[in-house]
Amino acid sequence: MRTRAVAMALVTVLAAAACGSSKGTTASPAGSAGSNPCAKGNLTLVTPGQLTIGTDNPAFDPYFQGPTGHEWKGQFNHDPYNDQGFEDATAYAVAEQLGFQKSDVNWVAVPFNNSYKPGPKNFDFYLAQVSYSPQRAQGADLSDSYYDVQQAVVALQGTPIANVTTLAGLKSYRFGTQIGTTSYDVIKSVIQPTQSTQVYDTLNAALQALKNKQIDGLVVDFPTAYYMANVQLSNGTVVGILPSADSGSKEHFSMVLQKGSPLTQCVNGALSALRADGTLAQIQDRWLNQAAHAPNLQ
Amino acid sequence: MATAVISTVVVFTAIGLAVVNSPGWPSVREAFLNGEIFRASFPDIARAFVLNIKIFLVAEAVILVFALAIAVLRSLPGPVFFPIRAIAIIYTDVFRGVPTILVVTMLALGVPGLQLTGIPVSAVFWAAVGLILVYSAYVAEVYRAGIESVHPSQEAAARSLGLSRLQTLRYVIVPQAVRRVIPPLLNDFIGLQKDTALVAFAGPVEALRQAGIDEAANFNFTPYVCTAVLFLALTIPLTRTTDWLIARDRRRRAASGVA
Repeated sequence: MRTRAVAMALVTVLAAAACGSSKGTTASPAGSAGSNPCAKGNLTLVTPGQLTIGTDNPAFDPYFQGPTGHEWKGQFNHDPYNDQGFEDATAYAVAEQLGFQKSDVNWVAVPFNNSYKPGPKNFDFYLAQVSYSPQRAQGADLSDSYYDVQQAVVALQGTPIANVTTLAGLKSYRFGTQIGTTSYDVIKSVIQPTQSTQVYDTLNAALQALKNKQIDGLVVDFPTAYYMANVQLSNGTVVGILPSADSGSKEHFSMVLQKGSPLTQCVNGALSALRADGTLAQIQDRWLNQAAHAPNLQ
Repeated sequence: MATAVISTVVVFTAIGLAVVNSPGWPSVREAFLNGEIFRASFPDIARAFVLNIKIFLVAEAVILVFALAIAVLRSLPGPVFFPIRAIAIIYTDVFRGVPTILVVTMLALGVPGLQLTGIPVSAVFWAAVGLILVYSAYVAEVYRAGIESVHPSQEAAARSLGLSRLQTLRYVIVPQAVRRVIPPLLNDFIGLQKDTALVAFAGPVEALRQAGIDEAANFNFTPYVCTAVLFLALTIPLTRTTDWLIARDRRRRAASGVA
């Protein structure tokens, strides 16, 4: 709660700072920044004056969209410099909120488990569909939510699991997911399948296993599930959306920052400002398919 | 002796102090040696480790037979058997040359994709096949070295006693060859024990994969230390046995006075 209060207080300051810069004041950044720790000039950054954002490679639809480029190559990959896709646009919106021009933003490809390894980081913040959990928050700073996410089951049309309409009906099937995901926790604690769960290094390997019928269902976050079922698979379907692993709270995506980073409160401040002025909702409307629907499995 | 003790103590103390006093040590200790996470993740990882042991035991048995067959084929003399020798050579070249992880991943995710009826789709099955193919290539070369180390006079003597070529191989050459290569053979099996972790990349939740799951759930790398401890508990007894066998072999050869 305390963080939230601080964040809310920061919104006003930030908004003032943002207005200041957009009016093109020529005063020195340090002067206009004053004692506000989240003013651009006061931020501790990997590269001074530039915002370095990390994400995974490949960067997947619908979180990153548009053409490939830089290090992000391949059929299903997207260049984060595009500023297209849900997370890409969110990252740029946060950058802008913190006072950065688009040209001040640099992207680095960071494998998921390098995002929280000990030691100095090569990014200021990292976003790649990382779900928040209290355990994870002990190993790295995790921002407030930028998206409340639900997990869903993808399957092949015409297979028996595709006709399942209840949570209990899923129990007897074999599931797979990507390593390091909360999807695994959802399989374990919500579906509680009788067969052993398969865990793959990449979504691509998991998708291949689904095509191979080595698994009956693939559990991923719903936007990814929708994209897989409708774009990546020619005969895919979303069986349904699963309840949260922790029934008490909604699962959400967080940005990952260095443990104890002073930037965390600034990112949280930017996120609440973007939430308050409706920007986050607009980004969500624009880049995540609002027509996407699937039954809730109970 | 005293010098050895002192220098050992000095070296290890120096390394230990350098690590413990490094600026990043507190965060590395927290990320890799968290006692609470170790205790919490150990039971799950130990349970998953049973799969590694199963895969190891089955693969080892198959490799012992399959690799010997390849070695024998490669040792067949005469121009008639050239194609067979060539296949054996290509096999050992390819499977020693391609990284094990690639063989495992490609087989386990590729072969089931063929959707052939009667062919298993189990990832564990095909990952084990991958390990068998790779390690048989190594073990076949070990066997071959053993076969070639048996003096040609042994074969000549056996043949002159009226044994057929196959009988000579079966009763004279191979028994001597295998006895000589037991230490290097065990060495390969130590490698195989560790490489059962590569099965993880095909999807099954064995010890390494379970550690990866626990790692990502806690943003902490301590579960890998759990896995390392389990693997050491399995490999060290075999390592020590191998060393002992090698030493015994050397003593015997020295005593008998022949090379």
